[in-house]
Order: sequence, then C-alpha cells, then structure tokens
Amino acid sequence: MRSRIIMSMSFVCLLAMLYSCKPKNAGTAVSGDAAAKTYVAPGKYDEFYNFVSGGFSGQMSAYGLPSGRLLRVIPVFSVDPEKGWGYSEETKPMLMTSHGFVPWDDLHHPEMSQTNGEVDGRWVFGNANNTPRVARIDLTTFRTAEIIELPNSGGNHSSPFITENTEYVVAGTRFSVPADNSNGDVPINSYKENFKGHLSFISVDKTSGAMDVAFQIQCPGVNFDLSHAGKGKSHGWFFFSCYNTEQANSLLEVNASQKDKDFIMAVNWKKAEEYIKAGKARKVPARYAHNVYDEKTHTAKHEIRKEVLILDAKELKDLCYMIPCPKSPHGCDVDPTGEYIVGSGKLAALIPVFSFDKLQKAIADKSFDGEYDGIPVVKYESALYGEVKKPGLGPLHTEFDANGNAYTSFFVSSEIVKWNIKDLKVLDRVPTYYSVGHLCVPGGDSKKPFGKYLIAYNKITKDRYLPTGPELAQSAQLFDISGDKMQLILDFPTIGEPHYAQAAPAALINNNNQVKIFKIDENAHPYVAKGEGESKVVRDGNKVHVYMTAVRSHFSPDNIEGIRMGDEVYFHVTNLEQDWDVPHGFGVKGANNAELLIMPGETTTLKWSPDRVGMFPMYCTDFCSALHQEMQGYVRVSPAGSKVPLSFTLGGNSTQPAK
Amino acid sequence: MRKTVYYIVLPLMAIFAASCGNKTTQEGSSESTEAPQSMVKDASDYDPSRGEGKYTAENVILGATLDGAMAEAGSKIQGVKCSSCHKLTDEKLVGPGWKGVTERRKPEWILNFITNPDPMIDKDPEVQAQLELCLVRMPNQNLQDQEARSVLEFMRKNDGVK
Repeated sequence: MRSRIIMSMSFVCLLAMLYSCKPKNAGTAVSGDAAAKTYVAPGKYDEFYNFVSGGFSGQMSAYGLPSGRLLRVIPVFSVDPEKGWGYSEETKPMLMTSHGFVPWDDLHHPEMSQTNGEVDGRWVFGNANNTPRVARIDLTTFRTAEIIELPNSGGNHSSPFITENTEYVVAGTRFSVPADNSNGDVPINSYKENFKGHLSFISVDKTSGAMDVAFQIQCPGVNFDLSHAGKGKSHGWFFFSCYNTEQANSLLEVNASQKDKDFIMAVNWKKAEEYIKAGKARKVPARYAHNVYDEKTHTAKHEIRKEVLILDAKELKDLCYMIPCPKSPHGCDVDPTGEYIVGSGKLAALIPVFSFDKLQKAIADKSFDGEYDGIPVVKYESALYGEVKKPGLGPLHTEFDANGNAYTSFFVSSEIVKWNIKDLKVLDRVPTYYSVGHLCVPGGDSKKPFGKYLIAYNKITKDRYLPTGPELAQSAQLFDISGDKMQLILDFPTIGEPHYAQAAPAALINNNNQVKIFKIDENAHPYVAKGEGESKVVRDGNKVHVYMTAVRSHFSPDNIEGIRMGDEVYFHVTNLEQDWDVPHGFGVKGANNAELLIMPGETTTLKWSPDRVGMFPMYCTDFCSALHQEMQGYVRVSPAGSKVPLSFTLGGNSTQPAK
Repeated sequence: MRKTVYYIVLPLMAIFAASCGNKTTQEGSSESTEAPQSMVKDASDYDPSRGEGKYTAENVILGATLDGAMAEAGSKIQGVKCSSCHKLTDEKLVGPGWKGVTERRKPEWILNFITNPDPMIDKDPEVQAQLELCLVRMPNQNLQDQEARSVLEFMRKNDGVK
C-alpha cells in the first residue's frame, strides 16, 4: 500500500495545489471539549468495541471507544509469541495452508456477523490478503476459531463481506489467476485468455459458525476490490467493485487507469443458489486448507479439502451484471435501506450513487450497453440515482449513520466528507491527518448504524506522534458525529496498518456469554492432567510427554531427570486454576520456538528439543502470585544412551523412579 | 500480577470510598458502561463465624453420619481443584492442611469460603492472618453448589466422621 501511495504522491501534490480544502494546521482542528468527550475514568468501561485490522501484522486488534485504549491484539494470520499462537503444538495447525505453514500474512478487513442486517456480536471475520484465507474469530473468547483457505484466488482483498444473516462470507480475488486445476505455466501476457477472477461464497453455520466454501463464481479476469451485500430489498444481491477492466498485466498504475469507467459487478446470489439446485455447477478439483480450533480439546485440526463447486458467470445468464463506475473503484457500499449503492472511484472527483430499483428495472428492460466478456453491461444512466458533485478527490470508502447521511473518505484530498443520500448535497467536511484510507461508523455498513462516532484510519502518520525513527505508529482519528458538524476529538495509534475496522456497542459483546475460564472437567485434551495426581512423565521412544500442572505457585512435576540428548520433550501444561484472569506461563531455557501462556482450565503444549547436556531451568512467565518468582523447576539433560532413569518429582529432593 | 497490587491497594481505596460517599465521577464521557463493582464492600457487617456468601446455619444441613457417595465425589474434586495446595494432614503446603478444619470452622463458613473466597479474604480477620503466612490468595476454583457440598463431606470424612 505504502509504495502505491508514494508512487501516487506526485499526482497528489499536483491536485492538492489546485485544491483549497487540504489540511492546513493540525492544531486548529480540535475544540475545547474534546478531552471530556473521550475521557473514560479509571475503572470505567468504554462504550464501544472497535475491531481494527492489523494490516501487514496479520493480526486484528480490539480498541475501546471513545478512549482509544488498546484492549487486545487478537492473533489471527501471524504467529504471536506473546500468546504462543502458532508456536504451541495446539495452534500450529491454524496457520497451515495448501502451501504449508505460513507464519505471517496481511489482514485488511474485519467484518462482524449480522442477524437481520444488524450487528449481533457473535463473530468477527478477517481476511488474509496474501495467501488467501478467511478467519472467524469467536467473540466469546476473542480467539481465532476457524480459518479456511480460498482456492483459485490471489490477493484476497475483496473480503470478507457478509450477507445480512451471515448466510455467506464473500471473498473476491484481487489478482485474477489461471484456475488452480488448469495449467498455470502460461505466458503472463496471455492474461485475457487464461486468467480468471473467482468470487468465493463461504457458508456460515447459523449455530456453530462453521465455514465451508459453498461455491465460487468464475468471472472474467479483472481485479476485484471491495464489495458489500445488498440488504433489505436488495438482500440476495452482492456488489463488487472491479478495476483493471483493461486486463493489464504490467504497470497497472498506468495501464489499468486507461478507461474512464470500470465496473461495479452486481451478483444475484439467490439465483446462484437456484442454479446449484438445478445442477448447473461443476465440481472442480482444488486444494485448500480448512483449520478449526476445538475449545474442548484445546487443539486445532488442519485438513486439506480437495473439491470446490464452480458456477460460470459467462454461461449462466441472470447471474452477474456490470454497472459502469468511474475510475478504478475501491469502495462499494450499500446504504442502510438497501436501495443505494455507492461506488468510490479512487481516481475520480465525483461519487456515483446507484439505485437498486433502477438497476432491477434496467435489467428487466434489458437496458444494456453491450457485454463485457459475456456479461451484460447495464447502461450507466439506467442504474444511476445521481452523482455527488465535487465532493473531494479520490473517494475510497463510505459508511452511513441512521439519519440518511453518508460519510466518505478521500485519500487524495485527505478528508472526510458528510453528504446526504437523498439530495446528494455535501453537508460538512473535515481534514484528516493524513490521507485517510478506510473509515468506520459503528454499525455503519449494517441496516442499523449506531452512529455517534466516526473513526478515520489514516495511511500516513508523519508528525502526529513523538518520532520513533523511520517507522512510526499508525494513526487513527476519532470524530464525534452526533451533531451537524463532525468534530475531531482524539488521535490514537494502532498496530500494523489499519485498513477497515468495525465497531459495536460494548453491551452486544460483553453480555454475550464471555468466556472467563475453561472448565477443567470439560477439558478433553489428550494430554490433560486433571489434578496433580495425574501429573507424570512418560517416555515413548525418543518422545517424552510431560503431563504437567500449573497452579499458584508451582508446577507438578517441577524436577525432571532422565531426559537424553536426541529426545523430543512435549510439555503439556494444564492450568488448574478456575478463576478469571489467572493465566500461567511456561518457559524453558533454550526453547527454539516460544513460551506458553495457558488460560485457566486449558492445556497447552510446548515442544522442546534440548541441544546440550546440562541443567535447564523452567519457570512461570506470567506473574501469578506473590510467590510467582518461586514458580520454577529444573530439567536435567544427560547424554544420549545415558543410564539416568526417567523420574519426576514435586516437593522431594530424591530421585524416584518413574512408574 | 495486577491482582496482587489490587489487593493491597483496594482496602485503602475502600476506606476512601466510604468517607467520600458514592459521588458520581463521570465528567465528560457520557454513557460509559459501568465496570463491575469493587469486590470490597463495607467490612463492618461481616460475620466472622458465618463468613460471606449464600450459606447460613439454616440452609446447610449435615447428616448425623457420613454420606459416603458424596464424600467420594468430593474426593475426586479435591484431586483436581484443591490438592495442589492443601494436604489432608495438618501440614501446610501452599495453604493450610485440611486436618481438623470441620472442627475449627462452621460448615456454612467453609462453604462460603470455598465458593466465595475473594470477599472473605478481604474481610475475615483470621483469613487475613493466614494470608500473611501463606502469601497466596486462595483462588476461586468455581465450585458449583453440589461440588462444594461434596468437598465439605470429604473434609468431614477426612476428620473422621463415619
């Protein structure tokens, strides 16, 4: 993203010079009561949760609003040593893909689950951009519960957007690529002939949340960008922005910006379901990972799926329609009523608003302007409700409040613009510091926006915080939108690069059966030790399994002897605590992966291969009690073939032979 | 960690709070959700013989003889949730040994303490004295009613009730 930004800076400067609305002085934007509006007294809770993408960190973060306090970094697509994510034996399978273990990806867009078009606080989804995947995070544990890979895709940017009852999480491919089961060893300049764009519809089980790639729609090779589901009257439709309809495969900066208009593609997914029922879909070989974390065994399972159902947009009529949209659209947003579809051409100087009713009429009347690679192109005017004139430069993304207003971010002119959906008049504009990308209004892409605040996620930080060398904190800005005028009330730094974010009232989530402990009697981990009586050390060839317990403030066992060079030692640590916020940690000297952090009632495993003979201390890494510093032990490692018997003790000073 | 600090600071805060009354503190942030109330309440109405919780002399009924099945269930729970810190003798491990506990304490006190330890650790003079020796707050092990009752029955067995 950054490089793209820098490349377009000269363009930006030129435009900015011509344009009078650029931000002038950071200090002038804040008024007197900002501190009072964002102050959350010690011990008080924030009013909203804000789930923010961690961008190139691959993680998602949860902030409190209006304070901007960081509450948790949720590990999703990247390893996180702080929590052992991707290091413990139980979580390693979560990061497996058809390409093997991928330790670091790029998460752009959080999307919260909805029921009847309203945010329901159950799950938040996130996309892996690089090795295409979608993750489901369970909001009772704030942990990644499931990850599914997407076949036939490259650059999973148009993702993950949901339908109004979370029937589907939808993911469009940014890069068109030759289909996985076709020969990909073709000249790159055969793009038009060989490259295809696939849209994935991932079904979500109503009760468990379990995901499955229900079907994919194969489309012409273009770049798909952001998308949104219809809602209310337009429920059953999905709208994807597309760029590079020039089908360029090199120097897209120039070659994909030739046409005056690209497209928003409207997809009738109810029709797709009908076609599948009628047997019009093909089963196609594929290879993609599906990883599920089980809260009972505290263990993830990785499997490879081998087939996917494909519908062909070219063959099946009435499935897809192209709506012309100016200049390389990025955002594609549907207002709370479901009637208005807002396209944001990132190189445009106007915002087109399309009408769902007009689109339906245009389709019925066949008001088409030819076809694009076999897909009917609806006449621009026939689908257009109107254009917002001179809103700013480079519209990217639009969200809504409950009062008929839209808020659009403008990257090039670095501002947020509030406008009225009905009369398309600009009502207010505020500068952002600097160059806003996405924005977020709580519930702002649902049927029932909560309003009150707007958060701008900026691409450039520059001088907003104390300098920290060449790399700076990422920058988010909070605006009060409860009045007619938007008011900047807070800057807060974020992790990674914040792309999209979602926010919802705290009560929707903290009253949603938050898990405080895992019940020890329900722990079904194969190596659990339910009580110190079950703690033991068992040798199986060169594998040694330590069934270890942790409680304030000791491990059982805490002395282990008889480990030999060449052994693989598995510390299966069960936290016996049954009280909220009493995790224990576990570290052993020389561990080549990480430490463990074990929640109450949970069992977690660290694999350790000693690299030398000697004495290895182990200890609790999470301060647990006044005697935390006493929570320690030793592992004795002897040479290969040593006669030292395997033994384990707690509280004794003599070696007892293992049973 | 955070907790340990809390437990030192909170009693002090409670004294403050008592003298200041329950003044509304919200200046600007309008609808901040209420955080849960502090675990520490006024210590003056604390009954050291009963402890604090839902159990009273009236609602705890002990049999004249031991309920063997219940004691057996209690023994299993003890193995998972208690034995890491308490021996069955009078020897201290992390916490005090269990021998004689049913003679030292009323059954309702024991049930209240094992199901609701945090407020009692903050208020009960004898528990506070014990904390100075052990330096580890007894964790809330989330015992359900029946589990707590079974643990009590096992303690009775441990103390020789037939």
